[in-house]
Amino acid sequence: MKIVVCIKQVPATHDAKIDPETKRIIREGIKAILNPFDNYALEEGIQLRDQFGGEVIAISMGPQKAENSLREAISVGVDRAILLSDRAFGGSDTWATSYVLAKAIKKIGNVDLVICGKQAIDGDTAQVGPGIAAHLDWLQATYVMAVDEISSSSIRVKRMHEDGYDVCEIPFPAVITVVKDINIPRVPSLKGVLASKKYKIPVWKPDDIDADKSKIGLDGSPTRVVKTQPPPFRHASTKKIEGTPNDCARSLLKELRMRSII
Amino acid sequence: MKVFTDNEKKEYRNIWVVAEVLSGEIQPVTHELIGAARTLADVRKSEVWVVVMGSGIEKTSELLFSYGADVAIIVDNPSLFGFIDETETKIMKRLIKKYKPEIVICGATTRGRSLIPRIAVMNYSGLTADCTGLSIDSDNGDLLQTRPAFGGNIMATIRSSNHRPQMATVRPRVMKSPEPDPSRTGRMIKEKMIPGDSTKTKNIIDIFHNTETAVNLADAQIIISGGRGMKGPEGFKLLKQFAKRVGGAAVGASRAAVDSGWIPYAHQVGQTGQTVQTKVYIACGISGQIQHLVGMQSCDLIIAIDKNSDTPMMQIADIAVVGDLFEIIPEVIKEIANL
Repeated sequence: MKIVVCIKQVPATHDAKIDPETKRIIREGIKAILNPFDNYALEEGIQLRDQFGGEVIAISMGPQKAENSLREAISVGVDRAILLSDRAFGGSDTWATSYVLAKAIKKIGNVDLVICGKQAIDGDTAQVGPGIAAHLDWLQATYVMAVDEISSSSIRVKRMHEDGYDVCEIPFPAVITVVKDINIPRVPSLKGVLASKKYKIPVWKPDDIDADKSKIGLDGSPTRVVKTQPPPFRHASTKKIEGTPNDCARSLLKELRMRSII
Repeated sequence: MKVFTDNEKKEYRNIWVVAEVLSGEIQPVTHELIGAARTLADVRKSEVWVVVMGSGIEKTSELLFSYGADVAIIVDNPSLFGFIDETETKIMKRLIKKYKPEIVICGATTRGRSLIPRIAVMNYSGLTADCTGLSIDSDNGDLLQTRPAFGGNIMATIRSSNHRPQMATVRPRVMKSPEPDPSRTGRMIKEKMIPGDSTKTKNIIDIFHNTETAVNLADAQIIISGGRGMKGPEGFKLLKQFAKRVGGAAVGASRAAVDSGWIPYAHQVGQTGQTVQTKVYIACGISGQIQHLVGMQSCDLIIAIDKNSDTPMMQIADIAVVGDLFEIIPEVIKEIANL
């Protein structure tokens, strides 16, 4: 079985501070990390390979420094990693990004299964996974919370929905996007970390994946960000309620009634 | 990318809503989106169309007109009972080609967020996820889509003016549902499936609707959420009672509580759970790690209950109740009963 896991490097938020004025997170100067959902995608790919044999390959589109996330993928046990990096890819929206990843998957060839995290924590769109499936015209299963069965020709998964879940079987080739419930990601072994340091990550450019240049980067993207602004103001003062438990309960309910919430 | 000329754009008219159907019932988010679409259509002097794909949906679709729809396209087929992304994409692709809508909007639910990106890629349409505001250029029909990015830290306005239709998803409860007007009527168009729609698709083996554990954080007006301070599964029983008393509230949880096994993952709010935008968020015993805050800081009113008044959650809250939540919450439950 040949599995591709698509990963993304995103800004970390753990060490971010809150701006006391705006009560919003200060994003300046924060580090880059592997998108948290992608840890689950990598783990699932590695587990499936260990069970059924074959190969698992991590790919990522991004600037050169995104190779750090690919090294992380090598350290936990993927067989190969490929970085898609070029000025021409810059400014790609989800349409163009999923096009580039789909072209890379085609270039890798004979891929049975593509695994993505549910969404990236920076854009929060959840559009790239289904987008890849659409570009390849493959089947898809999103919000996958469990892989129940797998054969050489299909995979049976549980999909999480707002009102429960369903079980569906999808023939290969297919794309799945996974949620946190699916597994517990391993920590890299020392051997893995050493291997990841030595690993030479190939960098693919638009020509390497036969990308149509009118479909990548800003020019290939149907959406344009025309304006960014701070979010609606949160009133900066916090109303503190203290006293006996009953005082607190009464005061809280008064606040809720004043706002017609109850 | 092919850029549409003004004349090509003019061929595309009307604002479409893709209905959210669960077990043959049209969900409230559809009515909210009809309300939003109505405003856009009135600016453009065009119509609101709703596409309903499902099984046994004809009767429930008649209600759509009272919420402001002019046309309902009904694709009623037993094979559409479960959610098959591939089939629904093929149907939508065909309908878009036939009727040429200017805009397609859909609920940002697990189904909507799976279906619409697939349709958008196949049509080379721009798609903006989780919009909190939509407005339209009355002259050329360009949709201005506002959405939070970076965990609610920035609001971005996005335009996809080169192509039609333009596509967007909107979370449940973000738009206001219009008051239904039973005297309003509309046209119903019945469209059939074609054999190709069901080839090369997934096979749905089983569907589990879990009403008991139904979480539906996305559809709640109020979320009552617990963290490490709930101390165990018993604590979440208290929150469930609280939620029941408040009425229509869902129970959420921090990652710490989920990872401790006190409550299932479907309840998790935050970076590796769900991002929520409810009217009210009541955080009980949640210290407010950044990863949690980015998932709920866009809620309208944040209330925190905690012993420690110095936590980040107590600081960002609009109302901070200082005290032992195991004493305060039972009092709240008791006092609600006395109202």
